[in-house]
Amino acid sequence: MSAIILLILGLGGMAAGYFLYSRFIATKIYRLDPDFRTPAHEYEDGVDFVPTNRYILWGHHFTSVAGAAPIVGPAIAVIWGWLPAFLWVVLGTVFFAGVHDSGAIWASVRNKAKSVGALTGDVVGARARSIFMIVIFLVLLMVNAVFAVVIAGLMMNFSSAVVPVWGAILVALIIGQLIYRRILSLPVVSILGVIALYVLIFIGPSVPIQMPAEVGGLSGNAVWILILFGYAAIASMLPVWVLLQPRDYINGLQLFIGLIVLYGAILLLNPSVVAPMINGDLPAGTPSMLPLLFVTIACGAISGFHGLVSSGTTSKQLNRETDARFVGYFGAVGEGMLALAAILAATAGFATFADWQAVYTAFGAGGVNAFVEGGAYMIHNGLGLPEVTAATLLTVMAALFAGTTMDTGLRLQRYIFQEWGVIYNLKWMTKNVPATLLAVGSCLLLAFGAGGAGGTGGMIIWPLFGTTNQLLAGLTLLVVTVMLVRLRRPMWYTLAPLCFLLVMTIAALLIQLRTFFNEGNYFLLFVDIVVLIAAILVAMECASALKRSRAEVARQE
Amino acid sequence: MSDDHDKEHDSRRERVRAWLSQARFVAEEFYSARYRGAIARAKRDEDDLFMLLVFSEMMGVPNPAAYYTLELQPLLLERFHEWHRRMGMERSPLEHFRCC
Repeated sequence: MSAIILLILGLGGMAAGYFLYSRFIATKIYRLDPDFRTPAHEYEDGVDFVPTNRYILWGHHFTSVAGAAPIVGPAIAVIWGWLPAFLWVVLGTVFFAGVHDSGAIWASVRNKAKSVGALTGDVVGARARSIFMIVIFLVLLMVNAVFAVVIAGLMMNFSSAVVPVWGAILVALIIGQLIYRRILSLPVVSILGVIALYVLIFIGPSVPIQMPAEVGGLSGNAVWILILFGYAAIASMLPVWVLLQPRDYINGLQLFIGLIVLYGAILLLNPSVVAPMINGDLPAGTPSMLPLLFVTIACGAISGFHGLVSSGTTSKQLNRETDARFVGYFGAVGEGMLALAAILAATAGFATFADWQAVYTAFGAGGVNAFVEGGAYMIHNGLGLPEVTAATLLTVMAALFAGTTMDTGLRLQRYIFQEWGVIYNLKWMTKNVPATLLAVGSCLLLAFGAGGAGGTGGMIIWPLFGTTNQLLAGLTLLVVTVMLVRLRRPMWYTLAPLCFLLVMTIAALLIQLRTFFNEGNYFLLFVDIVVLIAAILVAMECASALKRSRAEVARQE
Repeated sequence: MSDDHDKEHDSRRERVRAWLSQARFVAEEFYSARYRGAIARAKRDEDDLFMLLVFSEMMGVPNPAAYYTLELQPLLLERFHEWHRRMGMERSPLEHFRCC
């Protein structure tokens, strides 16, 4: 199977989704109105509420939602073969993610640009809002733990990337100062920044830094995880303009460059997909594809995290309501394209089937390393870049995404702890340092609790991260569905994805529950039970909220 | 002939300049749009602290720089109402300083 055919089929499917299905959803279901006065105009304040050009808004929305997750998930999931991952990414983007993301923007715009969290409280009920807070906390906890493990793995496996990844932080710090103090104009700074980053990437292979396998009784991996959390704790307490803002900017540029390079390499090389269509020879211990596929790939098919971005910042800047289709749906398509590139890199980036099999030896073993190795093989053969440089480039891309997400994630987790401090009148918890330490501590507990002191087994929690992310998406879809019911519009286009997600999530949790119990991993068993309780609460909330609003509508008629 | 040439040159330069300013606008929006709110809030927090310093003497907190901050009070008067409301005080906290 030629990778170009798969690429064209995937892109064609998503394009059809955008031009046909999203038009139908926007005009017939959400009925986006070009004359509706959006909150950006209604409450324009030059700060949060600013009507923004839709292309710029799309750029922001897309770079905020795209990160390491749409790379890691698909790269793990191809262990079941390329077809299931490919279908779920393409169909998920078209029928789930696009509808969910544009729906979240629409729901928020129609409710004074409130966030999904506030909307669950207003539209569904106070109890749903509490569940929402718990699910968000779980998502953040898992995303921080899992991404620390991902970056640590990359640092151990690709020692050439250590210098550029940490050097990029220095570049970002300098860029931040240059812009903040208005020393140079932004286009000049951007060009200098990108040049500096790529110089680092090119010299990276000549100055590899390899963490010893054991440092003071701890494994090298564990040391990286501790360093990363130390970094993230400090970074998350800095003002955003110092590091987070310039880092995000560089990441945005990197994302576009990376996508162009990867797609260019595929088109020039036309590699064949060596991975099987459906893997009949699964490594021992691989869980069943149904339902695990649907939680292993969350971002890239549907992800609740997008709802937070859609309703948090995007909806406050939407110039016209009809832009929700382009920004939300096409933003999901962009993420689908990244996931598609990850699938192709992890299935077609190997010379032979045996090479591929040597990487995918166990569930969670492929992941981001397979993406980097496969992508580097394609870039090397397609564009002629030395393989080690190409691998460094992709490692830097993935590590920077994951690092920025950790920074943002810890920040948000700190806010949650601080809010609890206010609610329960614990003064010390409202302070920055103790709240950050609590956030870091809880993530470390999960990162090490899941995989032992080595921190190498942390990828076991990846599917659990997917389940919490899907629960979040479920809650957003619930808000949109309840709104549609109240407006007496067809609800099946959001209710069907919602039911599908809930069934798959609960099934995946039950299967994992048995696995953790059999393995005697009581820590993860406990985490699984917590997520399962949250999932059941979400399902019950869905049933009762829909019943209630339907009864309401019937009464009115 | 040379006039025409100059004109053409000028219009081309204009176009390039317009394009560059457009590029700069896009880059700046792309850089700042997402963090505008967070930065504005951080700035407001700093301003709030400054307000407290300026009006501290009137609330019974000794301020060694009172002689200088007194001069600033009329300048900050406009912001005073918003500030005390943001600090959770419905009415002006100062006896002689009523704004609402």
